[in-house]
Amino acid sequence: MSGQRVLQVEGLDVSVGRRGLLHDVTFSIDRGERVGLIGESGSGKSLTGLAVLGLLPEDVHARGTVALAGVDGNLLELDERRLSHIRGREVAMVFQEPMTALNPTSRVGDQVAEAILLHRRCSRGEARRAAVELLDQVALPAPAEAARAYPHQLSGGQRQRVVLAIALANDPELLVCDEPTTALDVTVQALVLDLVVRGVTARDSALLFITHDLSVVATVCERVLVMYGGRIVEAGPVEEVFRRPRHRYTQGLLEASDLEQAQEHTRLRTIPGSVPPAGRFPAGCVFRNRCTHATRECETLPPWTGPSPEQGYACFHPAHETAQVGS
Amino acid sequence: MSTDTEPTPAIRVDDVHRDFRRPRRSIRQPGPTVQALRGVSLEVAPGERFGIVGESGCGKSTLMRIIAGLDRPTKGRVLIEGRDVTALPERRLGFLRQRLQVVFQDPMGSLDPRMRVRDIIAEPLVAQGVKNRRDRVAELLDAVGLPAEAANRYPHQFSGGQRQRISIARALAPRPTILLADEPVSALDVSVRAQVLNLLDDLVTELGLTLVFVSHDLSVVRHVCDRLAVMSAGQIVETGPTRQVYDHPQHPYTERLLRSVPSMHKALAGASTTDLLGADRAKPKDVEDKGTAHA
Amino acid sequence: MSRIDPGIGAAGEPLPVGGLPRRRAGASLLVGAVLVGLVVAAALVSFVWTPYDPTLVDASSRLQTMSARHLFGTDKFGRDVFSQILVGARTTLFVGIVAVGVAGVIAVPLGIVAAMAPRWFAEPLMRLLDLLLAFPALLLAIMFSAVYGGSTLVAMIAIGIASIPSFVRVVRSGSLQVLSTEYVLAARAAGRRPVAIGWRHVLPNVSSLVIVQASVAFAIAILAEAALSFLGYGTPPPVPSWGRMLQESQEMLFTAPRLAVFPGVAIAVAVLGFNLLGDGLRDRYDPKLEDRR
Repeated sequence: MSGQRVLQVEGLDVSVGRRGLLHDVTFSIDRGERVGLIGESGSGKSLTGLAVLGLLPEDVHARGTVALAGVDGNLLELDERRLSHIRGREVAMVFQEPMTALNPTSRVGDQVAEAILLHRRCSRGEARRAAVELLDQVALPAPAEAARAYPHQLSGGQRQRVVLAIALANDPELLVCDEPTTALDVTVQALVLDLVVRGVTARDSALLFITHDLSVVATVCERVLVMYGGRIVEAGPVEEVFRRPRHRYTQGLLEASDLEQAQEHTRLRTIPGSVPPAGRFPAGCVFRNRCTHATRECETLPPWTGPSPEQGYACFHPAHETAQVGS
Repeated sequence: MSTDTEPTPAIRVDDVHRDFRRPRRSIRQPGPTVQALRGVSLEVAPGERFGIVGESGCGKSTLMRIIAGLDRPTKGRVLIEGRDVTALPERRLGFLRQRLQVVFQDPMGSLDPRMRVRDIIAEPLVAQGVKNRRDRVAELLDAVGLPAEAANRYPHQFSGGQRQRISIARALAPRPTILLADEPVSALDVSVRAQVLNLLDDLVTELGLTLVFVSHDLSVVRHVCDRLAVMSAGQIVETGPTRQVYDHPQHPYTERLLRSVPSMHKALAGASTTDLLGADRAKPKDVEDKGTAHA
Repeated sequence: MSRIDPGIGAAGEPLPVGGLPRRRAGASLLVGAVLVGLVVAAALVSFVWTPYDPTLVDASSRLQTMSARHLFGTDKFGRDVFSQILVGARTTLFVGIVAVGVAGVIAVPLGIVAAMAPRWFAEPLMRLLDLLLAFPALLLAIMFSAVYGGSTLVAMIAIGIASIPSFVRVVRSGSLQVLSTEYVLAARAAGRRPVAIGWRHVLPNVSSLVIVQASVAFAIAILAEAALSFLGYGTPPPVPSWGRMLQESQEMLFTAPRLAVFPGVAIAVAVLGFNLLGDGLRDRYDPKLEDRR
């Protein structure tokens, strides 16, 4: 572990009523690191993102700690006023739907400038110029003119780039992206992904990239956390986890999504069953009701196996036990 | 175009245009027209697995609807098994409804929440006045891997993958020869997607169906289809055998589209986001997205 | 085709149950049902038993306050208020059923047709209904009463007709939404004809809207009857009606306020009851909100 720690999440438990949605989520991100959080629907990945931003809904109970560099105390316990100072400055976010993230009645340039003015002391004119500069950085064509446009005059990809510009406006320590390109076309996705990576690299910011798309994570991130049923089931460097998955879920997910290896008309490997709704995962190993390797042992919670929370897995019957299998 | 030696194509689309009229903005002049399809022609041979790929707004959904007889072209015609379906009124499309069926994208949205699964699957049979629907529904549920009790349930009681199985069962009910699948796996979880793709694959093989697979996902189309057409801005820019198009794209748009798809194998071999942009990297501003052009 | 392998475990996968957490629909449904039940019970009881003949004028027991003999007291003619309230419940229900029935029977099919019909038909139809909407409901009822003679039935048919436009609007917009769904597209692809689509898909899916609209129309009709009776155009005497009781009480509002309070509360209970019941039923029968218990 080199460099300075930006985000430290420890033992995060989130529940609604008696339904547990997140269990013992522990991970950290260092300065300049790009970490992917992978999961299917109901895995709790978006909830984890919200917890990191102190944006958990009112009716959930959260325990554990979320610590952010430059902020005293646990993010889960801060009041809304403190949190609003932190959001946009220390931590910024990009969500899936760019239209709802922008104010439809205000020019995009003003919205970027406002984000700057919220956290920085400068004149309106300076903020405007900085906004145009930012729009240029996110590769918006003719940034000076684009700044005068309203959100509805821009395409989906352009809007998402404006959202990214707002997120990067105050050089955040941590950028959280939740499925930022899922609603976009593949050619536009390529551009936005590149802008995200370049944006955080230039600022030496930490990146938490939440998505269901394994290939996107492999392209964007250096490290990956695999989430299923509200738990992190495997973590490690992208190279390691995607080449030699240990948890049976990661293994199944990789096989099921590998359409390239399975050529035309060959059968795909599948994971049996379907993802249970949030909070309805089995006790013990969350994957055991879909796992072909599950035994009685899996009814108890598998311990974390690995040198650190950043690398390891929670499985009694891991894959690639002995062999050094390359791909 | 087909000669005597060639079999009649399952689907033939002949120079199809489709214009949509936007609502008028002024009293004096009519609303602007949007050309969703601009002269699309293609042929799908019986038993073929044909893919249509393109980004949002390229016209692939409009094309799909026109082939399915759910929309009419402004110009041009569509022949299904040699019969022109564009000239017929909806109530005379009985033969089309029997020969060609559709699997829609959204497994929740395409099933009536107020209907039991039994009635949903039987719907095409009711429409055609088929008797003995009960047995057929049981047979279909079995074929798509759902238990018989599923017949009495409502759609919301199923997971996304199960709903898509119901959707497939409904499409197969009238024993069609052509199956149109419109983004059938885009709304599904990755771990479930493979199951549904395998199921489609099995059924198409087993029943000797002609498959038209519409998708924005190039890797899925590559896996499923023998031949494909790449669409952009209402036109087909490239057609060819799947492998040939993927390995040697002829049209610059196809080339860019293929390069933009993130790939696990390329990423593990060291590809970065910049590689997705390829030659555009130097001047990313030229990569003008047109997301809402036709939306 | 039963040979086909459905994919490992697909068949063995249990059918998952439920979806979103159930909304708390129970409370409004329960309270609404109790309140409406109260009105219905009062109407039913009044057929077999009332403490006194509600129309019996008894000069010896005028304007008595609440007592064991006269639970709610008596009015200026010496009639028993409690008996009048009981029998008045009949009038109220009759009124609601007629008005909602007239509106619903005409408006629901019309709304669905207006949604499915081509523009050249639907547009003029909707404009025509807008014209009707411009007529105040009470004015229409008064006109009807003037032409066809004052009776509860005539007044309520008028109220029913007056509520058709808003009813049609609600049903039409709901139907348009249903018609834009993929399952209607799927039904067309399956070869279903427009009539079958309207009957099998649109109607069931707008039914929750219809229930809410009907409960609102029910409440409006009750209020309208009260207002008409108050103005002297509704239920003719001596048939007891809550609205007329309210009207007759006004000259004694300061000497005997209870004469206004009892029918007033009765009207409020009925209106509130139907509103809550409508809301509750909608939540209860919306399959997306339903949770299997």
